[in-house]
Amino acid sequence: MSLGLEKRGYGIKIMKNKIYELLKIGKRIDEREPLQYRKIEISTGVVEKANGSALVSLGKTKILTGIKVEVGTPYPDRPNEGVFTVNAELLPLASKTFEPGPPDERAIELSRIVDRVIRESKAIEVEKLCIVEGQKVYMIFIDCYVLDYDGNYFDASVLSAVAALKTMTLPVYRVVDGRIEAVPGEKMKLPMRTLPVSVTMALIRDKIVVDPLPAEEDVADTVVTIGYDSEGVLSAVQKSSPGLLPVNMFKEMVKIGLDSSAMLRRRLLEGVGDG
Amino acid sequence: MKIRLIDENGLRVDGRRPDEMRRMRMEVGVLEKTDGSAYVELGGTRIYAGVIGPREVHPKHLELPDKGVINCRYHMASFSVDERKPLGMTRREIELSKVIREALETVVFLEEFPRMMIDIFVEVIQADGGTRTAGITAASLALADAGIPMADMIAAIAVGKVDGVLVLDINEEEDKYGEADMPVAIAPHLNSIVLLQLNGRMTPEEVDKGLEMAQKAVKKIHQMQIEALKRKYRVEPEGLET
Repeated sequence: MSLGLEKRGYGIKIMKNKIYELLKIGKRIDEREPLQYRKIEISTGVVEKANGSALVSLGKTKILTGIKVEVGTPYPDRPNEGVFTVNAELLPLASKTFEPGPPDERAIELSRIVDRVIRESKAIEVEKLCIVEGQKVYMIFIDCYVLDYDGNYFDASVLSAVAALKTMTLPVYRVVDGRIEAVPGEKMKLPMRTLPVSVTMALIRDKIVVDPLPAEEDVADTVVTIGYDSEGVLSAVQKSSPGLLPVNMFKEMVKIGLDSSAMLRRRLLEGVGDG
Repeated sequence: MKIRLIDENGLRVDGRRPDEMRRMRMEVGVLEKTDGSAYVELGGTRIYAGVIGPREVHPKHLELPDKGVINCRYHMASFSVDERKPLGMTRREIELSKVIREALETVVFLEEFPRMMIDIFVEVIQADGGTRTAGITAASLALADAGIPMADMIAAIAVGKVDGVLVLDINEEEDKYGEADMPVAIAPHLNSIVLLQLNGRMTPEEVDKGLEMAQKAVKKIHQMQIEALKRKYRVEPEGLET
């Protein structure tokens, strides 16, 4: 069941006018330019017990991703491919609107968008994650925790998941007498093809802003997230709020997103130490 | 495991041309107890949609003083897919319920129904690709059948990419083995997108072209929706022959 409970009273209308008047002169409520991201900080390896981890802050939004690796059996139709899953939690300490309990539709949508951006870009070379064909493969569990929410958990979660993937290590296994065992002291990097990132944009009347604040998300006509791989090919799109999205506005978003995705990828590479 | 999805004549697995839709059938007012209902068939995809309301919000604390709320459930029958789907809502169904609700919420005049609730139920009886889009087309008809005022009657279709070719209205096989699936719902008179998702790789140019294909198809589907409503509501003038 999905219940629409968005409150749009007069306060929202006044706020929308204020935000729009500022946008008409190229300004935003936090002094940013319309197509400017907030400050991005990336620290990796913040949880020693995880195989990979990354804490990303995007302005005041903070996301922690931890990755755990297990050995499991592959899907019957893909006997020589490793498996990965993405989960996202909106922790109750991150916002007054997040509640404890099983993930609600927002958390499920977030995890499915992060999954789509990574999976559809074919970023993880799953065919290299097979240990014994048809029997043993690596299983990678990617868990994103929203620790502090100040808008745009989509892009921050993708950044943190990809930073954790890029810096994680996996144990190396060998087959001994038909059984597998970890080779002591040996670790390998996760084989990756591309570095996907996502760009979230809000449409406020005829103006587009990237990396929206909660106040901008509240007044936006609609919000769209687009995932891009390193070649600038789209891997995922999600219109994640009600509202009309004129076709020409979406085409504009695809272009704006492409520029922002290049900047995000540079920041990501700097953050993981390859830049 | 490579499956050929486009043959040497440029035709698809089910013999269609790339820009050809499957046969679509619609009927309005198919259920007795709902306030509005519709049945939509798109190839092998079969969907019932029902609308109940506007009625009092339950539970009461969820009501809004200045507008109505929409509650939406997209659900697949356990037998609608090849391998039996376990009972209960999957994560996919929860996500689709959200995006379908948001698409329909965009056009319904909610300010007409303060403190009220409109329930929209989309039941997939058989899934053969394009269930969320056919579900939206059906739900939109059910809302119209229930007499809910809307800014536009939305319609939807999926565009995909298989073997490097953009195709309209992908079926299950093309979705499974193809490169991309892009469901689109459009409000035709407002020339705006109300639902948009993409799973898979497409260049910006392909996305543009795919949207054009979807816009064209949605106009046709919208026309079929109007005809389906007319079949139920048209009143023949009496006594004119004599």
